[in-house]
Parts: sequence; C-alpha cells; structure tokens
Amino acid sequence: MKLAIREIRAGLRSGQFSARELASRALAHAGAENPKTNAYLHLTPERALAAADAVDAQLARGEDPGPLAGVPIAVKDVILTKDIRTTCGSRLLEHYVAPYDATAIMRVEQAGAVIVGKTNCDEFAMGSSNENSAFGPVRNPVDLERVPGGSSGGSAAVVAQGTAVVSLGSDTGGSIRQPASFCGIVGVTPTYGRVSRYGLTAFASSLDHIGPFGGSVHDAAAVLEAIAGRDPMDATSAFAPVPSYTAGLTGDVRGMRIGLPKEYFAGLASETGDLIARGVDTLRRLGCEVHEVSLPHTEYAIPCYYVICTAEASSNLARYDGVRYTSRSANGETLIDMYRNTRGEGFGAECKRRIMLGTYVLSAGYYDAYYIKAQRVRTLIARDFSNAFQQVDAIIAPVSPFPAFKLGEKLDDPMQMYLSDIYTITGSLAGIPCMSVPCGATAAGLPVGMQILCNHFEEAAMFRLAHAFENSGDT
Amino acid sequence: MSPGTLDKYEPVIGLEVHVQLATRTKIFCACPTGFGAPPNTNVCPVCLGLPGALPVLNRRVVEMAVQGALALNCQVRGESIFARKNYFYPDLPKGYQISQYDRPLAEHGHVDILLDDGGSKRIGVTRVHLEDDAGKSMHEGFRDSDRYTYVDLNRTGTPLIEIVSEPDIRSSSEAYAYLTELKLLMQFCGVSTCDMEKGHLRCDANVSVRLRGAEKFGTKAEVKNLNSFRFLKQALDYEIVRQVELIESGGRVVQETRLYNPAVGETFSMRSKEHAHDYRYFPEPDLLPLRIAPGWRAEIEAAMPELPPAKRARFISGFGLRPYDADVLTQTREMSEYFERAANASGDPRGAANWVMGDLAAALKADGKELADSPVSAEQLGELVALIAKGGISGKLAKEIFPKMWSTGESAAVIVEREGLRQISDTGAIEKIIAEVIAANPKQVDQYRGGKTAVIGFLVGQVMKASRGQANPQLVNDLMKKALG
Ligand SMILES: [Zn+2]
Repeated sequence: MKLAIREIRAGLRSGQFSARELASRALAHAGAENPKTNAYLHLTPERALAAADAVDAQLARGEDPGPLAGVPIAVKDVILTKDIRTTCGSRLLEHYVAPYDATAIMRVEQAGAVIVGKTNCDEFAMGSSNENSAFGPVRNPVDLERVPGGSSGGSAAVVAQGTAVVSLGSDTGGSIRQPASFCGIVGVTPTYGRVSRYGLTAFASSLDHIGPFGGSVHDAAAVLEAIAGRDPMDATSAFAPVPSYTAGLTGDVRGMRIGLPKEYFAGLASETGDLIARGVDTLRRLGCEVHEVSLPHTEYAIPCYYVICTAEASSNLARYDGVRYTSRSANGETLIDMYRNTRGEGFGAECKRRIMLGTYVLSAGYYDAYYIKAQRVRTLIARDFSNAFQQVDAIIAPVSPFPAFKLGEKLDDPMQMYLSDIYTITGSLAGIPCMSVPCGATAAGLPVGMQILCNHFEEAAMFRLAHAFENSGDT
Repeated sequence: MSPGTLDKYEPVIGLEVHVQLATRTKIFCACPTGFGAPPNTNVCPVCLGLPGALPVLNRRVVEMAVQGALALNCQVRGESIFARKNYFYPDLPKGYQISQYDRPLAEHGHVDILLDDGGSKRIGVTRVHLEDDAGKSMHEGFRDSDRYTYVDLNRTGTPLIEIVSEPDIRSSSEAYAYLTELKLLMQFCGVSTCDMEKGHLRCDANVSVRLRGAEKFGTKAEVKNLNSFRFLKQALDYEIVRQVELIESGGRVVQETRLYNPAVGETFSMRSKEHAHDYRYFPEPDLLPLRIAPGWRAEIEAAMPELPPAKRARFISGFGLRPYDADVLTQTREMSEYFERAANASGDPRGAANWVMGDLAAALKADGKELADSPVSAEQLGELVALIAKGGISGKLAKEIFPKMWSTGESAAVIVEREGLRQISDTGAIEKIIAEVIAANPKQVDQYRGGKTAVIGFLVGQVMKASRGQANPQLVNDLMKKALG
C-alpha cells in the first residue's frame, strides 16, 4: 500500500475507497508484515477506525476533512497518546497509559490523519540502531538482516514497508534523519521550537524534536505543516508563522547557493561519499551554485553533544523511579532499595550508561569542566552555521558515514556508534532544520540519504531543494 | 553555663525563608493552589511530572515575586534563569525541583528591623528566587503506616519565593524581628498570606557562633523546621547555647542539618552536610530565560502599595503620631488603611489613632472579629472622633455611643440625634439649669462662697446630671464660676 497523500485525497474524493477501508487495509497489512520487522509495538485499531469513520462522515456531509484526511500515520512510542500505551521502548513503562495526547497527536488528528499504531524505538530514544528497545530490535525492511537505524527505527521501517503512509518520529541527535537514510525514505528534523514538544517523552529537552517521515518530500512537508506552530503548552515553541510547505514545492531551485562543509567531506572516501558527490552534481545541474563552507568546530561536536544530552537525560529520566506510574521492582525493603532495584532492573544498558555519564558531568567539581564547556562549544557550533548561512542558502552533508549495518555488528562498541552521529548532531546542536532525502543506493542495494540543512525556520527552502532533487530523475 | 560565658560569644545567623505566593493557580500549570482539597485532586500532567509534560511559567507568579523582591529593596535582574535542582524523593514527582541558581530573580536587598532598644538595624537580603514546591509525604496516620508512606501531590507546583538573608543577624530576637518585618512586607504587598500554620511561611536558619571580636565565622549548622515565631526564637536560643557549650567543652561544631523538635525544645542532627546531596543544578531547558523588561517592571512597581516603613514615617510626620503608635497601626495593611481613612474623616488623627488602638481593637478582640468585619466603618469611627473634636459630644459620651454603633452599625450622628445626646452649648439653657442647681443647694453655695472652692465640682456635677450629661462641661464650669461670683 504505497500510496501518497495526494493519491489518498483523490481516492477519497472520487469514492475509490473510504477512509475506513484504507485504515482497515493498513491495519491488516501492518499486522501481516510486523512479524518480519517488529516495527510496531502495538496497533491501534479502535482509534484508527474511529478517526477514519469521522473522516468518512465529514466527506459524506460535504465538509473538508483536513489536509491529512484518511492518511494512515504511525507514531513513535515516545509520543503520548491518550488511553493508548506509550512504552518508550522501556520495561519501565511497559504498561504506561498516558491520560493526555501530545500536541502533535492532536494536530495530526485534527488534520484528519488516522493513527494506526505505535512504533518501536530505542529505549527512551537512546540509540542509533533500534537495538536498544526492551521489546526487541526492528529489522530494516530493505534488508531484514540489517538495522533500520535509530532511535526512530520503527517509524522509518513502517513507511519504507508501506504499512503506514507517513509517521512521526523524534530526533535528538539524528534519530529521524539516520533511520530515514537507512530505510530509503524522507525524514525531517524541523527547527527547534517549530513543533511543540508537549507530550513527547523527554530525552534531552534542549535537543528533542518531533518530526515526520514520509515516502516523499511532499508527504513529509504536509505532515510538518499540520504539526508545526506555536503551542502555549510548550514554552520553547516558536511564534513564527508556518508557511505552506507543500505550496512552496515549485521545483525551481535555480540560483540557490549550496554549501559543502570541507570538514565533512575531508575523510569521506566511501560509497556514501560518492553518492553524495553525485547528488551535489545533480543540484548543480538543477541550477544551484555550489560553494565550499567551513564549520570549524565540528571536531568538538561529539563530546559536546554527549555531555549535554546525557546531562539532560540524567535529569529527565529521574522520574521513572517506581513511585507512581513506573513499573516498580518487587524487590527491596527500603525506599532506596526500591529506587535502585526499579531503575537497575528497568533501564537497559544504554540508558544506564547515559544516566551515569550525565550524572557525572553535572556533579559538583565537574560541572564547569564538562557541562559549561559543552554549552560554550554548542554556541560556537551554532555560530559556525550562522556564519555559513551568510554565504549559502543550504548545506549539503552526509547523514551517516555508512549505510545500514547488520544487527549486532556494532552493539559491543558504543563509542563507534556515538562517532557515527557526527553529521547529524551538529545540526541538532545548532537547532536548525535538517532532513534526509534519498540519494541512491550502494552496490549492495542499501539506501543512502543526503542531508540538507538550512537556517532557522527555513524549512520551506529546505523542502523546495529536497523536492527538486527528488524529482530530478537522478536517484 | 554562666551568662558570662555565653556573652563571650557572638551568634551569627542567616535565615532562609520560603514564602508561598498567593496566586490562584500553580507556578507552571493551571491547577488551583487551594488548601484542603482531597488528596491528589488539584493535579494535572504538568504538576504530576508525567512523561512529556512541560512547565509554562505563570505570569502572575512573576509579578508577585517581583513585588516581594521590591518590598525587600532588591535589585530585580533583567534576566534570570530557572535551574533544575535534582534529587530523589517520593513527593518530588519530576525528580527535580525547578528553582533558580546562579542567576536568581533578584539580589542585593535589605530589611530594616526595629530593635528592642528602639533603634533600628539593616539586615541584608542576599537573593530572592522563584521555585516550585514539592508535594507532601504522610508517614503517619494510616492503618498501614508502618509499611507505607502516602503522598499527596496537591501542593506540588505551588509557587514559592525563597528569601535568603545575609548572615547579619546577631540574636534570636533580631531573627524574630527580621521574620516579623519580612512577613509584614509580604502581607502588605498582598504577595502572600504568610499563614505559618498552612506552611505559607517556612523558615530555616544557618547558625554559628564566634568569640566576640573575631573576624572569621564559626562552622554553621542549618536548623530546619522553624515553623512558628516562637519555635524560631526557642530553636535559635537552644542552638546558640549548644554550640557555645560544645566549644567551651573543647568540642567542634560540625557542618550539618539539624531539625528542631518543639516538643522537647531541642535541635537534632538530621544528616551531615559532608555527605550532603549534590543537587547537580543546571539550567532548566524547558523554560526560556525570564526577562523582565523595564516597562513591565515599572508596571509591577506602580501597582505596589505603600509599604510599612514609608507609612510609618508619614503617620509620624504627617499625622503627628508617636513612633510607637505608628508602628502599632502599621502591623497590617488593613489596620493602616482603616486608621488612615478614620483619621482623614476625623480631622483629629491622634484622636483617631487612640480610638483604633483602644475601643475598636478591644471590641474586635472581644467579639473575635477581623477588622474587615468591623460593624463600625473607618468613616463612622472618624465621624465619632470628629464629633468629640468639634465639641459636639463629650469624650465620656462618646464612650457610651461607640458600643451602640458597634451593635447597630449606625453612625454616631444618627444615634446622637435619635437619643437627643447632642452636647448643650447653649449658654441660656445652661444658665437656667445652673440657677436651679444653686437654688436647690444653698449649703454648698455657702461653702463655696466661704472659700471652700473645691465644692464647685459637686455643683457642676449636679448640672451635668440635670442635663443628662449633655451640657458642655467646660462651659458649665465657666458659667458656674460666674454665677457663684
Ligand atoms: Zn497541575
């Protein structure tokens, strides 16, 4: 069922199918395919059919059911859904049912979308392979021996698989872009503050984003259009008006200035590097000017990111303590025992690693050396980008140094895993919009994504460039 | 220990006071702040610390906190930063408190306190910062309290300001005076009810002692749970003696947190600060820096009421009150405003002051009433005082009229009119009564004329009696003298 949003819209209007038929097909398809990939943690048939029926009723009354009417959408299981379990891929929240919907959930449903299921992910969104889920890894539908990327691996896999048309993921240091690249679809991390975080389980608050996956630039843009905009429930959400991203997909990118950061391409002699280079040639052919730019503080990005994100995570994850909604350990006599056993038994290895690291960098005597220094570096990295955007309209970069790897291949080497985040975390630290758009495949048939980064709130330009590239016929 | 030994030492005290702001809703969500609701009912995803919930700062909280800071003569920062204070406790659902750390709301303030000897002293205020309150753990009172602690999160997210003083306080009575003045200032601004029983005003103290004349501070202990004025004084006195005794006996004060137990009047060690929490403060990423633009600050400042120090000064210089009276009349905002309205209506501020502090206060106390419920309005009391001042009624008569005003709510004029109590200053009418009294008391008249002039008091009394107290006493006196020649 690889339908585009436009096709669904046309099909519903012409009566080719109803929203209920579409939802039923998606649910059945998801149920049948899921054993292969483990991409869904749970399907949400009741909610899906109720939403679909509402769309059908609106159509019957001649009303506009919204820009995402009838579109089957899957949601990463870190985004809260009222009366439906939200596990965050963790044993600790295995049975947790939220009493409210995330703002992004309300907005996609307001736009007519039909939520078909909650998708698997790395525990509390910590990971780059989806192997850190308490409920088993997700397999990449392109090659079931390989990971789909992470942490939003499930949300990428279901779109690649065609069991959902679009999906919502979350991105802290690349968790949307990298799985999109590995699965050969479009994944978007909007500007920090563009989409409300209300109802997104926090991993690292100053870096967390909700963003869409789609089979095409248009579909991802349509979803972002629906969820973006100021939310009074999130003090960090931006007031900037939301333009129509889909209306801006003109195909005309002539004269657009493209920057290639020399620090990114220096050591990138691989199939991935070749594919990106070909992608840049395509952009040149489409009329873009290509310039070299410099992001001189790139080398400090990884330590900077892992200090800030773990510091925030150590605090954000403190609430899973067994006192209220967290699954409580049955062992222990005292309060301290309960905390230790609940958290010791409940969190997976990666979460524990990050909580310990974050606790350490915030500790008295280390705070200045680590956290404060990391914040200074973050400012410098953001300045690198704003300087670059004086010269160019968009920056092109790889998403990952390599395509999807085999399950278990990097599991024992967390450092290697962290280092592979280099191209995605810089944009996250700067809070700028970035996305992965498919850029061909390796000889082995593994998809490779090209990353486009633009200045704050320049999503429209980013989508226009991605859309022109997508339709160039070269990929 | 001899008083001489104690006098060798000087206590050094700093207070940390938590004041609950009187907003209707919590600091980061729209839940009500009410007291006494059933457990865990005034809650929402935000104050419950549910996954995905985010704090949004209550504007009214900022306005009240800024007013509180201005009342303490603080400099309000143009930009302050919220920070997370991380620790685990069952009544802290987020696992951290949202507070302020290295960039607090306001700094560099002071409070002037009145000393017992009538002088005044300035106590520095280091900082004022905003934070959210935790919930309440209930360890006792349930059937299974031996195994479980119950948690009520209604209070979670209630707005607080923490006011940290400089270590400028040198005795328990100075501490008492400081807390009294601080409470008064907060109540005057309407920033807090400061109801200590409800926990709206909570106080911890840092206490150390040093030999008089020494420059260096001694090691301090933090004393918690000083939740009444009486406990504050008792606990500080106990702690000062404890530390002096410890040092005198060759011991050493350790830096620690101590809890005051009012039942036995002693402080107990809670935990050593050497193994204290590391709160791992860092800037709260869910909240933007709090920016208070000059325009907003000015608006908040303009809405401030006149504060007790300024009021006292004005009552003394403008109304001619004695400092003691000015102090008494500024004990609450309601009292000061009542007095001022009465004073203005009376034309005799000192007279009004006496009535407010005397008969009115006594009547309120006797009936257990608050000033706001007084049946006699400030304007009515002022009118009564004006009647005396203008000679319309005697002070004695006024004392009889006031209880009638109190019980009926009627004005003095209405009562005077109805009961025909107006003072007689009509010379002719008085002369007529005097003639009657002289005629009826020849013996006393003779005594007077024989040089026993003191008897005039009796004769005047007879006139007053005959006039049912309404005759102007001064006039009676003068006319009687004249009549007796
Ligand atoms: Zn609340």
